[in-house]
Amino acid sequence: MASTPAPAAAGLLTCAGLGKRFGTHAAVADLDLTLRPGEFVCLLGPSGCGKSTLLRLIAGFETPSTGTIRLGGADITLDPPHRRPVNMMFQTYALFPHMSVAANIAYGLSGLGRAGRQARVDELLRLVRLDGFGPRRPDTLSGGQRQRVALARALARAPQVLLLDEPLGALDRALREETQGELRALQRRLGTGFIVVTHDPAEALALADRIGVMEAGRLVQIGDGASLYERPANRFVAGLLGDVNLIPGRVLGREPGGLAGLDTALGPLRALGTAEGEGVIALRPERIALTRAPSGDGPGLPGQVVETTYLGDRIRLRVRLADGSVWRVSAPAEEACPGVGESVHLSYAPERAWLMPAAA
Amino acid sequence: MKRLLPVLPGLWLAAFVLLPVVLTLKISLSTPATAQPPYLPVLDWSAGIEGWGNFLEALDFTNFETLASDALYRDAALSSVMLAAIATAILALIGTPIALAMARAPERWQPLLVALLIVPFWTSFLIRIYAWIAILKPEGLLSTGLMRLGLIAQPLEILNTQGAVLIGLTYAYLPFMVLPLYAVLAKRDPRLPEAAADLGAGPMRVFWTVTLPLARPGLAAGALLCFVPMVGEFIIPDLLGGSDTLMLGRVLWSEFFSNRDWPLASAVAILVLVLVVGPLILFREDEATAREGRR
Repeated sequence: MASTPAPAAAGLLTCAGLGKRFGTHAAVADLDLTLRPGEFVCLLGPSGCGKSTLLRLIAGFETPSTGTIRLGGADITLDPPHRRPVNMMFQTYALFPHMSVAANIAYGLSGLGRAGRQARVDELLRLVRLDGFGPRRPDTLSGGQRQRVALARALARAPQVLLLDEPLGALDRALREETQGELRALQRRLGTGFIVVTHDPAEALALADRIGVMEAGRLVQIGDGASLYERPANRFVAGLLGDVNLIPGRVLGREPGGLAGLDTALGPLRALGTAEGEGVIALRPERIALTRAPSGDGPGLPGQVVETTYLGDRIRLRVRLADGSVWRVSAPAEEACPGVGESVHLSYAPERAWLMPAAA
Repeated sequence: MKRLLPVLPGLWLAAFVLLPVVLTLKISLSTPATAQPPYLPVLDWSAGIEGWGNFLEALDFTNFETLASDALYRDAALSSVMLAAIATAILALIGTPIALAMARAPERWQPLLVALLIVPFWTSFLIRIYAWIAILKPEGLLSTGLMRLGLIAQPLEILNTQGAVLIGLTYAYLPFMVLPLYAVLAKRDPRLPEAAADLGAGPMRVFWTVTLPLARPGLAAGALLCFVPMVGEFIIPDLLGGSDTLMLGRVLWSEFFSNRDWPLASAVAILVLVLVVGPLILFREDEATAREGRR
């Protein structure tokens, strides 16, 4: 996948200034999103953040209050759903209960003739590894099989963009992880643009080329998993993608390398980032080094272990610092780890800590 | 108590369905007589076994032979079934869009819409049918209204025709068609028509391939609820149909009250029952195959 950002013109699907109000509630507000050809984008956010509404706007089930949707250069903002070269896989699958699996998959096929349709259905059944399930009724299938029928049906018309609403949400954990891999491989092979809605950050990280984080109807940040994890736009994004320690402070100045110096309750600390004025340092627990004695490369921050949790590969600790705040630290489990009550020193490499504006 | 509970509906059915049917069947096999009660034989309880023997011997199928041979009854049966079938078809045609509109209305309006559908039941059925006379008669609302609009020159000759009966049946039974249809449509998954549209189906195709097949149980229940009582309907053909509308309900009434021929009237009642059992069996089989398909 292209790592350099493509110009907007190369976008397969472009939402510009998109908004949807229900009464006084803005479900989606002033949203810009570009899907590049063959790209896999995950929309991530808690329930009610507007991600499903955005999907329904793109599919045509809702009419936007503001903004436009363009697909391959054509404005499809007001096209009815049945005229859009976009297909949707529903969270509840929405398989037609009165039709066989084959009839469900063939529903969207037209102009192929009887034999052509049959061939295409067989091809799709093979694609989702359900050969021979054509004559079955949807309610005789397991949840995982139904999910694959829904996927095959949504792919039948070879859409330019496939929209998937929590496609793995109804599957149990083991099946979900297996299916993630399959979905990713399938998308790579077909080259279809995928937009997947999920509330599960781990799923978004495992699937997507780019993740768009939504909060209260807005797209807060979009980027690949690493950039969101390393350089979150605000506290919400930082917390969504994993454990994080947030240290508020005031930016005092910048060193030549771009490192900002902050005045915090723990004294002067440094972090990478462009924010000015009031800021927050986002520091991931695994980026913190923990030593019994002050380490060589600096005085470190003295603290006391208040809790340890053994996780097998790692140990999670909670350490109280001088100002009373408690940091989460994740240390490799092989070392003899300090126990509860022991005094420790914490340090981190400032270029691995990210400075965010406090207000965002 | 728990073991008694399933017995109760059985007792109810035995007392108010099975027993009346057996009694009616018995009278339909009797012979009319100028007596009290107006038929023979009457079981002589004091004669014991012999009394039963005499009683059973005197029963015969003469009345059913009359029904089969006399064109009047055959025509009445045919016309009853025809009118009920046509009215059921009209009701399905009118009721489906109404039920669909109700199911698609905003959720907070739906209880009100259901209530509005039921409001006419607050007025007596008889009075509502009388009101249709005032509407349909030559100098009534319909004729004068259409004449005012200049659509017709002469008053409509619609009262006392089969057309008036069809209008009356359609009006009176509409809620019985709409309610079961609405119940099915309201609880269906709204994602199913969306999925169909998403797969390229226009509104008509969505209706024929998804909405209607899924509404079939409601349509079948509604058709049954309308067709069955309409076959035996008496008030509507009597008030709106005039003398040329032959329906089993009216025939039964005149045999019973005008001719005082209880046995023949009972035979007509049994005929109505048989005509109505047919659709019931069809309905059951439809349900069974639908369930089979889902397994």
